[in-house]
Amino acid sequence: MMEVVSQGIPPFERFYLEHRNEVLGYLRRLLGQRAEDAWQETFLRALRAYDRLQNARNLRSWVFTIATNVAMDELRTKPQLPVDGEPVAEIRRDAFRELEHLTGDLPPTERAAVVLRYGYDLPYAQIADALGSSEDAARAAASSGVRRLRRTHERHA
Amino acid sequence: MNVTLELDAQFRAAALREGLVDVRYDIVDSPVGELFVAATDRGLARISYFPDGMEDVLARSFGPRVLRLPLDDVRRELDEYFAGKRRTFDLPLDLRVAPFHAAVLAELARVPYGETDTYGALAAKAGSPRAARAVGTVMNRNPIPIVLPCHRIVGASGALTGYAGGLEIKRHLLQLEGAKLT
Repeated sequence: MMEVVSQGIPPFERFYLEHRNEVLGYLRRLLGQRAEDAWQETFLRALRAYDRLQNARNLRSWVFTIATNVAMDELRTKPQLPVDGEPVAEIRRDAFRELEHLTGDLPPTERAAVVLRYGYDLPYAQIADALGSSEDAARAAASSGVRRLRRTHERHA
Repeated sequence: MNVTLELDAQFRAAALREGLVDVRYDIVDSPVGELFVAATDRGLARISYFPDGMEDVLARSFGPRVLRLPLDDVRRELDEYFAGKRRTFDLPLDLRVAPFHAAVLAELARVPYGETDTYGALAAKAGSPRAARAVGTVMNRNPIPIVLPCHRIVGASGALTGYAGGLEIKRHLLQLEGAKLT
């Protein structure tokens, strides 16, 4: 029997079932109604690279990295911001829940950093991977995003 | 935020269209229980009576890009077979086995519908007349049962002997085909 060595990489189906919903949720926060095309592109890119993966560590942050790249491309080429009024059910943190509906006004990098940190509990090291930046820059983007949100929130309050 | 069935189906279809899938699989209902079926671009690669863990088997054998997708041709031919309306399968096969296994399975494929043969006879036809026991192993590891009809191979006495899916299923298939059982 010819065996393909895949070093613990789970079958794509399992990876896909595990992450498809949260990636769609993430992209909805970044892109609003434009999320579905970006979601499909994210998993197609993941599939294109999947047989070249070296190990199964951090597949979650890996797919968030791809989703972030797809979303950034989308926001760069069509920068008009989405109308983002949809209530989001699965947000875990109260503070984020309070501010989440305002993230649509943030610059893309700050928005991704805030959503990944407070919506998905990703550590800054993995957010840095997703943004293609240093950990310090990821931390700075998230805190700058949060400051901006607070200012907006206070204006609205 | 749940992915809708429509969006899910669109993604799966796009993945297949772009040639990004190493192996695809589906679960097919049959009178002998759920069958796990898998195919590559080359053809039908697996049928299993035990779906649990088969995605991992596929990933090891064909690559990690394993995706569930409808396998309509396979489903149709199996449905026809179980309805008694099909005696031979027209599906192309993707058989990746060692040379001895390949030789035995090639002979196995020639055992006609509704007839039986013995392990020893099959060994002889494959050019290794004393390898009846090894032929038993090949039958046990047959990657595509039903289509490669290892249920038609019985002991020298005519006893059913063994079957990966269980003797009950072996008997069911032989009765479906109208084979004479001793």
